[in-house]
Amino acid sequence: MGKSTLQQRVEQANKAGRIARIPFITAGFPTKAEFVGILRELDAHGADVIEVGVPFSDPVADGPVVEAASRVALEQGVTLPWILEQLAGLTPRLKAGVVLMGYYNPFLQHGLERLAADAAKAGVEGFIVPDLPLGEDAPMRAALRAHSIDLIPLVGLNTSEERMREYAATASGYVYVVSVMGTTGGTNSMNATVEDALERVSRVFSVPVALGFGIHSPQQLASLRVKPQAAVFGSALLRHLEAGGTVAEFMKPWVS
Amino acid sequence: MKKGYFGEFGGQFVPELLVPPLRELEEACETIVASSDFQEELGDLLRNFAGRPTPLTRCDNLSRDLGFTLWLKREDLLHTGAHKVNNTLGQALLAKRMGKKNLLAETGAGQHGVATAAAAAKMGLGCTIFMGATDVVRQAPNVARMKLFGATVVPVHSGTSTLKDAINEALRAWIARQDDTLYCFGTAAGPHPFPTLVRNLQSIIGQETKKQAAERMGRLPDAVVACVGGGSNAIGMFYPFASDDAAKGVRLIGIEAGGTGEPGCYNSAPINLGTPGVLHGQHSMLLQDAFGQVQPSHSVSAGLDYPGVGPEHSYFAQVGRVHYRVVYDAEALRAFETLARREGIIPALESSHALAFVLEHREEFTPGSHVVVNLSGRGDKDMGIVAGLLPSLQGDA
Repeated sequence: MGKSTLQQRVEQANKAGRIARIPFITAGFPTKAEFVGILRELDAHGADVIEVGVPFSDPVADGPVVEAASRVALEQGVTLPWILEQLAGLTPRLKAGVVLMGYYNPFLQHGLERLAADAAKAGVEGFIVPDLPLGEDAPMRAALRAHSIDLIPLVGLNTSEERMREYAATASGYVYVVSVMGTTGGTNSMNATVEDALERVSRVFSVPVALGFGIHSPQQLASLRVKPQAAVFGSALLRHLEAGGTVAEFMKPWVS
Repeated sequence: MKKGYFGEFGGQFVPELLVPPLRELEEACETIVASSDFQEELGDLLRNFAGRPTPLTRCDNLSRDLGFTLWLKREDLLHTGAHKVNNTLGQALLAKRMGKKNLLAETGAGQHGVATAAAAAKMGLGCTIFMGATDVVRQAPNVARMKLFGATVVPVHSGTSTLKDAINEALRAWIARQDDTLYCFGTAAGPHPFPTLVRNLQSIIGQETKKQAAERMGRLPDAVVACVGGGSNAIGMFYPFASDDAAKGVRLIGIEAGGTGEPGCYNSAPINLGTPGVLHGQHSMLLQDAFGQVQPSHSVSAGLDYPGVGPEHSYFAQVGRVHYRVVYDAEALRAFETLARREGIIPALESSHALAFVLEHREEFTPGSHVVVNLSGRGDKDMGIVAGLLPSLQGDA
């Protein structure tokens, strides 16, 4: 399998001497009307890839910030077809790649083949599905592969090297390392356990490594002995925007 | 059949961070639970702590009216008031043998929370119970009982603040606490291996019933009826019949809660009124909208108030081994009152649904036949709810 577009995006950032920047934003945040504007701003302020959260009623891997954003989005009537429509309607397209992050059931109900076709039309390059571990992922992976869309694996601090190797066999795009034993937005100490996991992941996977969950500033990554190739930040961005901050302000430390 | 699946239903749809503790539990099921040593200690706990075997009571007064013999499997007589303790004692003992120090669990009405807290106290384990904030208010006496057993009760404010949200929060907590804690799942649902583990621990209900039927009826019953929320009492009752070729002729009937029955009302009947979907780690029948968002559920019985159902029930429905029917709030309330007045037993509102099916659909049972209803719990906990709903309890004392 050749390198996917997503993988190339991360590697291009690395070639420019920096960690690839992957902001996460819940679809329809802060309102349906403002969402596309936020996407444009993230794109203009240095995002390499944008993860768009597909809201779900029961987000078991998410902490309070993303869960609340998800609930607000659902109350506004944000649906998967609406999200795909918004993305498909972006002219010009974003410079950054787009990845959809969401729970399995809304994807399953849309129909996996139809989802892959619709996502391809909307320019989506990858999916992250936190409740679809190895062993359950084959149908979705097959549907996405037909349209050259990546299914990004998630691994954690407690994932064995043996299981990582199983993941690595089918991984494309990048591999997402969950840096906390908890939910999104959790407190992150960036301790030796994280470094050990990063080391293990880097050894096992040939695709780039993205670190996420509880990341709020580039300083957090500065002290790491083993660096990821990309950083994902979601809850911190949502909190910043909720408090009235701008995308430009938030992205500044990541860009400079 | 794929491991952890019942036909197309089941699976392990969880964050990767929960895969290692689920694997650990899976191994413990195969080694520890299967050992004679474990079974012996559990048997002792069930006999001498929980109060097994539970009786099979013949309802003479109602049987005369019905024209067939109605029997009740009396899980309501168990310690803590329902079948839940069969499961929690098993999982608490398992936790202890796995070297875990704590249990965590979700609860809706509080029955599983109370049974978990009691088992934790008995086994010397720490205990944290996640409970929807709405339920904490509605079920205050059960919150007090859990606290009395030494459990920490954590109110959950997310989502609809009820059982499904308590499960979400318990799963999140287990991610962080998996090293020293076992998630004592309350029903035969959730990610593999919980549906199988809980079914096996609850199967003592059906095993005893078969034995008692042989002694009292001289044969197997003709029909067995149980209520289905997540479905643990029902699967515990049905499985020993469904897995026995000699019991092929026994009609198995699962009763889902239909809510008020008004058009478009919220209900708790995913097998009858839902579609297949993924929630809480499993692929099973689910109440959801066209976009895959989980719908709120409703039933007058808090213990049945859940938008999903255990995967093995979805499978039994699909292959036709069990027939699943719907009973509405008002029918369950009538059955609640009828059993109290005619037989001197107060059934839980959950179990009242199963009983109501027999009373309201008597023409579906053959005259002279033997019908067993699983009386999964006692109704003392429901007095506050029924006091406002039953006309006979209104007015001057």
